[in-house]
Amino acid sequence: MARITVTVNGKSHTSDVEDRTLLVHYLREQLNLTGTHIGCDTSQCGACVVVVDGNSVKSCTTLAARCDHASVTTIEGLAQDGNLHPLQEGFWECHGLQCGFCTPGMIMSAYDLLQQNPNPSDDEVRHGLEGNLCRCTGYHNIVRAVQYAAAKMRGEEVSAPNV
Amino acid sequence: MIPAAFQYVKANSVAEALVLLQQHGEDAKLVAGGHSLIPAMKLRLSQPSVLIDIAGMADLKGIAVNGAELTIGAGETYHAIATSATVKNACGVVAACVGQIGDIQVRNCGTIGGALAHSDPAADLTAVFLALGGKVTAQSANGSRQIAADDLFVSMLTTALDSGEILAKVTVPVLQKGQGAAYAKLKHPASRYAIVGVAAMVTISNGVVTAARVAVTGAGPQAVRQASCEKTLVGSNGDAAAVKAAAAKAGDDMDYLGDIHASEEYRRAMVQVYAARALNEALAQARA
Repeated sequence: MARITVTVNGKSHTSDVEDRTLLVHYLREQLNLTGTHIGCDTSQCGACVVVVDGNSVKSCTTLAARCDHASVTTIEGLAQDGNLHPLQEGFWECHGLQCGFCTPGMIMSAYDLLQQNPNPSDDEVRHGLEGNLCRCTGYHNIVRAVQYAAAKMRGEEVSAPNV
Repeated sequence: MIPAAFQYVKANSVAEALVLLQQHGEDAKLVAGGHSLIPAMKLRLSQPSVLIDIAGMADLKGIAVNGAELTIGAGETYHAIATSATVKNACGVVAACVGQIGDIQVRNCGTIGGALAHSDPAADLTAVFLALGGKVTAQSANGSRQIAADDLFVSMLTTALDSGEILAKVTVPVLQKGQGAAYAKLKHPASRYAIVGVAAMVTISNGVVTAARVAVTGAGPQAVRQASCEKTLVGSNGDAAAVKAAAAKAGDDMDYLGDIHASEEYRRAMVQVYAARALNEALAQARA
C-alpha cells in the first residue's frame, strides 16, 4: 500500500492506495469522480484523459502512486459556481456529442490544448485531439465546440453555429 | 484491467535507482513514461514484483550540444524533445520523429530512453537512432559504458543493456552541411505505432552520396539496418533512378512479422515505398 496526498480539482485528499492502483480507478472508485471514463483501457481512446500538473495524461495508464503530491484536474473540476466551463458550453451549444462517453476525455484534452494554444486552427484542434476517439459524432462538431470555447476564452463574442 | 500486484518504489536519483536495482535483482523493472510497460503489465505479459519509478528525475534530464554531438537525457519526454529548439536545430529528424509518436498524452509521458531501452518492434525512435548512428550511455554500479546504436537492438523487446544498467543518455550526431536525415512511416490509425517506418541519413559531397544509413522499424522483430539499400545508394548521385534502385533493395535482408494490421507481404512492399520517401527527403535536406 502507498499513502498518497493528491490535490484533485483544488481539494486535497490523503488516501491509501494499492501500489498497482491506476489513477482512473482511484478517481472513480475511491473519490467517486465517475466523470472520467474507462473506454479502451489500452491508452488509445482517450476517454480517461485528465490533467496532471498541467499536462493531459491517460489515467488508465498512470499509477496513482506516482501522483503523490500532484495536482489533478478532472471534468468535474471545470465548472465553477454552477456555471459550465466554456468547453462544456461549447460541446452543449455545438452538438459536440451524441452518446457522450468520449466527452469528458475530449474536453480535458481540449482544455490542455487551449492552455498551450489559445487560438488554434481547425487543423491544430484535430491534431490536439488525436488521442481521443469518438464513435458517433464524427469530430466536425467537436472541432466546432472547441473553437467556440477558444473564442469565448479569448473574450470574443460567440454564438452557436448552425449545425 | 489492473496489473498483478507489485511494490512501487520512487527513485530520486540514478544512484538511488541503481541501489534499488541491485537490491531487487531480476524481479525489478524500471518505469519511466510507463506507456509500454503498464499496458504490458495489465495484460500480464510482464509481471515485475518491484517497479522502480525513474520518471521526472533531474539526473536523467538535459538537452545539450557539445561540438558535433547532441546529447539528450534519457528521461526527457517526447513532448519536451519535439518542442526543443536545440534539438530542432541540431538534428531535426529527432524532433520530427518524436513529435508524431502516439498523441499528446503519450508524448507528455513517454521518454527517449524508455523507447530505446524497450525496443518495441513498432517503435519509431529505434529506426531513427540506428540511421543516425547514435550511441547510448548506460550506467551501472560498476560505472558507465557506451553502446553504439548498431549493437543496441538485439531482438524483439531485447537490447544489449544488462538488467543492472540504466540507460542514462542518448547521443546523436549534429547534422552538418551536406547531411540530411528523415523518417517516413505508415502509421496505425488508432495507436499511431509504425506499421512500417523507415529512417535514412545521407551525406552528399560534390554531388555524390558518400555515406548512407537506412533502418527499418515496424516490419520485423526489431529495428534493423538495411545494408544492401545503403550500398546501392553510396557512390550514386542520389537522383530519382538511384533512389529507386536503393529503395528496391530496402527490406532485402531482414525478418518480417505479419499481424492483424498488415501481412508480411504488405509490410515488405511498404518498406520499399517508405524507404524511397525517407531517402528523398533526406537527400533534399542534404542538398539544401
